[in-house]
Amino acid sequence: MNEQSRSSSFDPNSVRKVVNVNAPQSIAWDVFTQQMGTWWPLAVYKIGNANAVDAVMEPRVGGRWYERGEDGSTCDWGRVLAWEPPSRLLLSWDIDANFQYDPALNTEIEVLFIAEGSSRTRVELQHRKLDRYGDRRDEMRTIFDKTGDWGQLLAAFAQTAAASVRAS
Amino acid sequence: MIAMSNAERALDALGDRTRRRIFVRLRDRPRYAGELVRGMRVTRSAVSQHLQVLRAAGLVAVRAEGTRRLYQVDTRGLEALRSWLDGFWDETLGAFKVAAERAASKGRASS
Repeated sequence: MNEQSRSSSFDPNSVRKVVNVNAPQSIAWDVFTQQMGTWWPLAVYKIGNANAVDAVMEPRVGGRWYERGEDGSTCDWGRVLAWEPPSRLLLSWDIDANFQYDPALNTEIEVLFIAEGSSRTRVELQHRKLDRYGDRRDEMRTIFDKTGDWGQLLAAFAQTAAASVRAS
Repeated sequence: MIAMSNAERALDALGDRTRRRIFVRLRDRPRYAGELVRGMRVTRSAVSQHLQVLRAAGLVAVRAEGTRRLYQVDTRGLEALRSWLDGFWDETLGAFKVAAERAASKGRASS
């Protein structure tokens, strides 16, 4: 994303992501909500002490959203706030800046599944109310929004390395 | 959510030249500790210590084969590095896209 498009849509309290999926709307919905454990990066994005083996969303308003560890323990991530298959999902994300569950945090994740023909779906995700992180908002927003750019990383590395060679 | 600290551990571990050489040699194929010592200008106990650091960083896994220990690359440390670079939602939605498209192609194959 270039700086211009970033500045025109920049909201310090929310992050927006869009992914186009070659799958019908109903399958995109099912995989997102009911097969989350098959794709969520559980090796890195989990909060419990046990190795996480599943991510589960109870399919109803008020349902729990949690990870399950290999020892059977569960750790809550949030709640289902709106359940409108196959087009709209609203979740609370209640994991604080120290990656602990805090039921009072209530940041929101809205996911829209927009059918584009019979075999493609545009999935729009907005993670909002990041102001709930208080003075750690910017830090958390960066974690959620950051776009990987290996080229940029290598350029930064090359610059740093060149600078340290000049300094020595 | 543990990605940040794991990624930093992985970066720290690979900041050492000897550990990088060990890691690169394991990337080719799994090896026994004895094999790793050969061709390195360090002692066996130094190699053991380096392997310990790589294991703690999630970069190397070990399994017992009889009385010997076979070392191999552990992808978890690499995943943590990728997440650390990619950011939370890009990483997560990328994984979702792969899973949804796999499910859709299975559905097409069986219909």
